[in-house]
Amino acid sequence: MTERIDGIRSEAQAAIDAATDTQTLEEVRIRYLGRKAELPNLLRGVAQLPPQERATTGKAANAARQALEQALERRASDLSGQELEQRLAQDRIDISLPADPRPAIGRLHLITQTRREIEDVFIGLGFNVAEGPEVERVYYNFDALNTPVTHPSRLTTDTFYVRPAADLFDPQTMLLRVHTSPVQVRAMQEQPPPIYIIVPGRVYRPDSDATHTPQFHQIEGLAVDTDITLADLKGTLLAFARAIFGEEREVRLRPHFFPFTEPSVEVDVSCFNCVDGVTADGQRCPLCKGTAWIEILGAGMVDPNVLEQVREYGYDPEKVQGFAFGMGIERIAMLKHGIPDLRLFYENDVRFLEQFG
Amino acid sequence: MRVPLEWLHEYCAPQMDISALAERLALTGTEVERVEHHGVGALEHLVVGKVLERRRHPDADRLSVCMVDVGGSTPSEIVCGADNVAAGQTVAVARPGAVMPDGSRLEKVKLRGIESGGMILAEDELAIGTDHAGIIVLDQEGLAPGTPLAEVLPISTEVLVLEITPNRPDCLGIYGVAREAHAATGAALTAPPWSEDSGSAGELDVVTIRVDCPPELCPRFTARAFTDVKIGPSPVWLKARLMAAGQRPISNVVDITNYVMLLTGQPLHAFDLDRVAGGTLTVRTAEDGESLETLDGQNRQLDPQMVLIADGEGPTSIAGTMGGARSEVGPETTRVLMEAANWNGPNIHRTSLKLGLRSEASSRFEKGLQPEQAMEAQAVAAQLMVELCGARLLPGTIDIGGPGPEPQTIRLRDARVAGLLGIPIPRERCRELLQALEFTTAERSDGLDVGVPAFRRADVTREADLIEEVARLDGVDKLPATLPSRHGAAGRLTATQRQRRAAADALTAQGLHEIVGWSFVGAALAERLRLRDIEAVELENPMSADQSQLRTTLLGSLLEAARRNRAHGVSALRLFEAGAVYLPTGPGELPREPHHVATLLTGRVHPPTWREPEPRAADFFAAKGVLSGLLERLRVDWELESGHEPFLHPGRSATILIGGQAAGWLGEIHPLVAQEWDLNATVAAFELDLDALPEPRTPLYEDLTSFPEVREDLAVIVPDHVTAAQVITTIRQAGEPLLARVEVFDVYRDAERLGEGNVSLALSLSYRAPDRTLTDEEVASWRETIVAALERELGGRVRA
Repeated sequence: MTERIDGIRSEAQAAIDAATDTQTLEEVRIRYLGRKAELPNLLRGVAQLPPQERATTGKAANAARQALEQALERRASDLSGQELEQRLAQDRIDISLPADPRPAIGRLHLITQTRREIEDVFIGLGFNVAEGPEVERVYYNFDALNTPVTHPSRLTTDTFYVRPAADLFDPQTMLLRVHTSPVQVRAMQEQPPPIYIIVPGRVYRPDSDATHTPQFHQIEGLAVDTDITLADLKGTLLAFARAIFGEEREVRLRPHFFPFTEPSVEVDVSCFNCVDGVTADGQRCPLCKGTAWIEILGAGMVDPNVLEQVREYGYDPEKVQGFAFGMGIERIAMLKHGIPDLRLFYENDVRFLEQFG
Repeated sequence: MRVPLEWLHEYCAPQMDISALAERLALTGTEVERVEHHGVGALEHLVVGKVLERRRHPDADRLSVCMVDVGGSTPSEIVCGADNVAAGQTVAVARPGAVMPDGSRLEKVKLRGIESGGMILAEDELAIGTDHAGIIVLDQEGLAPGTPLAEVLPISTEVLVLEITPNRPDCLGIYGVAREAHAATGAALTAPPWSEDSGSAGELDVVTIRVDCPPELCPRFTARAFTDVKIGPSPVWLKARLMAAGQRPISNVVDITNYVMLLTGQPLHAFDLDRVAGGTLTVRTAEDGESLETLDGQNRQLDPQMVLIADGEGPTSIAGTMGGARSEVGPETTRVLMEAANWNGPNIHRTSLKLGLRSEASSRFEKGLQPEQAMEAQAVAAQLMVELCGARLLPGTIDIGGPGPEPQTIRLRDARVAGLLGIPIPRERCRELLQALEFTTAERSDGLDVGVPAFRRADVTREADLIEEVARLDGVDKLPATLPSRHGAAGRLTATQRQRRAAADALTAQGLHEIVGWSFVGAALAERLRLRDIEAVELENPMSADQSQLRTTLLGSLLEAARRNRAHGVSALRLFEAGAVYLPTGPGELPREPHHVATLLTGRVHPPTWREPEPRAADFFAAKGVLSGLLERLRVDWELESGHEPFLHPGRSATILIGGQAAGWLGEIHPLVAQEWDLNATVAAFELDLDALPEPRTPLYEDLTSFPEVREDLAVIVPDHVTAAQVITTIRQAGEPLLARVEVFDVYRDAERLGEGNVSLALSLSYRAPDRTLTDEEVASWRETIVAALERELGGRVRA
């Protein structure tokens, strides 16, 4: 009997070894270990054997079955592994096909980016950010800023007035602010010295060409304390210019005139596109027009007449002094990014918007 | 202000090239707009010639052929078209190769068969006059042929084009600029051209003049009279200077008034004395309803604040603004009354504004001239009238008002100079700089007492003004760069400012591009948006009808940006704008300017790909998703309720509620409104008032990790009219306080299985207790409570 068991075992083992796919192997299993197969039947018939044969036959058949089960399992695992590899190898994709769309990338408008960049520089220098109304009164926009009634900026050719504007020189008449400077006076009315603020915002002037739009953005600066000097203005603007235009920049002050500062200066930054007005390829620099300097803003020491307007709020011109400056956000952005036409900022063409940030 | 260098050099001639002078002026406060060249392009080939012979051109009646000695060994044969050319004249000749004022180079050309070896020049060809009727005949004695023309005529000069700031009307004259050039460069300054006056004080009896207006309107009125005046052209040198300064020469008397104005800054007016009716002039304010025809032929309606000059027959000119035709100087004039007056700046400004009449004179007076300038101009004019018009100056001068107030003395403290600038300027240096500017100085223990010259009277009134003077000349570019020694100031954004930044960032993070639109809109916008009875801030002087108001919504800007981009073929757009809108409050009050944010979505939510050829198009729920992304980012609780904005699709329109208050709208733009902007696809949008958001608060810790959440799903069948929000609200109320979250994740309609008019909502619920792990029994009991509430309140039932 044990010979027969050995025979089944070796026959089955050979069949297992010969099986080349999992389906054949399953057939082998059914043939040798299935319900109707000889070996399991043999095991089930052990009880009917003579007692002296029962132990040996039972043991041998059991060992054979276990051995075959193990062999089947090993072989099955081998074959299924091979088959998976084959399937995977056939499951080929064209890796050069396009990807799923990336999540849409939105950008801040260049004006906002530039505004934030400038704000952050001055926040780092200890300034707070103040705001004020865009629809203003003649008082804050002109009178309080020491602007004489004859100053041409008050004319309807230079300022948008709000209806009804019966008298352009009435301090209460409303207009669209032509600069962010009115917030100087408003801020000083709200906060006693020392005051260190910048004021970003929209301003309006009736003008339209490649370098003028009827609406644009400015950032005003105001620092009033007991001991602010013109040299402090220079240092502050130097720090600003270097942060925005690069560490190698220098600034130059040129005397100028503004009604609300005295002394007044215009501030130039050394050109970042050339050396001494000549570009790397030997041309006259188009950015600074060969002068090596680019005008970026107007500034000065707060005029005593402006402080006089807010004397009752703690600004005695004999006791406090300060500087103020104002710059165009678009102008800074145009210089920094080489934008030729101001109107591009307001066309909102996504092909423009996508380029920055 | 155009300053011909040739003219400036008569008074101050800095030994530096023009670009160095321009830079020096710029760095001391005189802005140089540009440097121009006036006259011929080069001095070569322009010489004095002597006409040896003139004969008629054989083939042209109007041309003559001249033999002209131009200094060489052989004379040149030159064809000339002028009638006045004659043998024996000394003339100006351009030889071939000469560069003319327009930049062209003169070539040898054949004129009707005869080659012309140059050109005999007329004034206009040299840009030294406007006369083209005849050639220039040089009448100086002893001019040798071949002499460079530049030695004889001002045929070429550089011109500084200056931008004179409004505080420096003294620099609106050549001599004023010469003073500035002197102070800026140290080059010598000649005595002023009015330092010698041939006139005399005392009565002038040929005319009676009265000033009847308040003296502040006419601080000074001066007049002188001339007889034997011969009207004619001005000499070439004077015409050349006027031309270079941008004025057209007219006749000697008129040219003199212009020349003197350009030199001294003071406008003058020349009357034909014989046409001054009654021999009287009265300066007075106009009567109500009075009118006058000005030189430009227009009838001007005057008001009682305007000042005029009248003669015996009524008004002849508007003071400081424009003269009348009646007493104008003409070819027949032989007696001239020269007037130089000082007028009140703001009053002249108002008059010229009211009349819409700006003249060279009014633009000067409104900047504020000094009374002294009137007599300075009279002195120069008198000299020129005698010299150039053969006139005789009558003795006497009318001078009503006289010079201005005594010079002001201002203390300039050493300590204040250093305190304001951040660097001391030695007192000695201050004195030197101020004296160069013609200020007087006197030593005091703490600084200088400084006397202000009359011509700076209006501009320099305070110590700060003196500090500016010394700083600009000493050089503000020399200042050190220091930082303020800030006293306790720390900079940062306010909570609201940080929230605004976070809002914009939350939108870019969702793939929206920020736009910046115009604050201006046209009145037509409200109509296009179907908005009725919208009040907007209106401009008095808009640049165009479509910019006549201020916006009350950001939607117009977004639709306009969408239209533009759509026109360029971009059909999928995700845009937002953040900025103010302007809402009128009441008459005379400033409008409210709340800070809004608005978005617009249209087209596919992402581009089609080979895996998803037909992506969804943005709609109400896409915009709602963006709003949700924005407000979740800002940690603001919000709700929607049905809305009724007229520009929205009536079935897809919502009001955004924050804290129960309307704070904006959300919806799909009404197709007819979208079409107004050529947008045919669905356009979804929202606008939110960021100022309506609660102040951001500091988050406090909540334990969400110690005890786990229990999650389960629930499907509820409710009648169709019940909204998801109602279901959620009912569940939330019933589930308090253990229900942490509830969300709809599926919506299902099937008349057969759910019954007609019903909808099934699948919801996911999470329960959590802060102090224990919830048991299944606890959750089951809450679930029963919730189901019961749904049944009771909404007629809902749980779907098996």
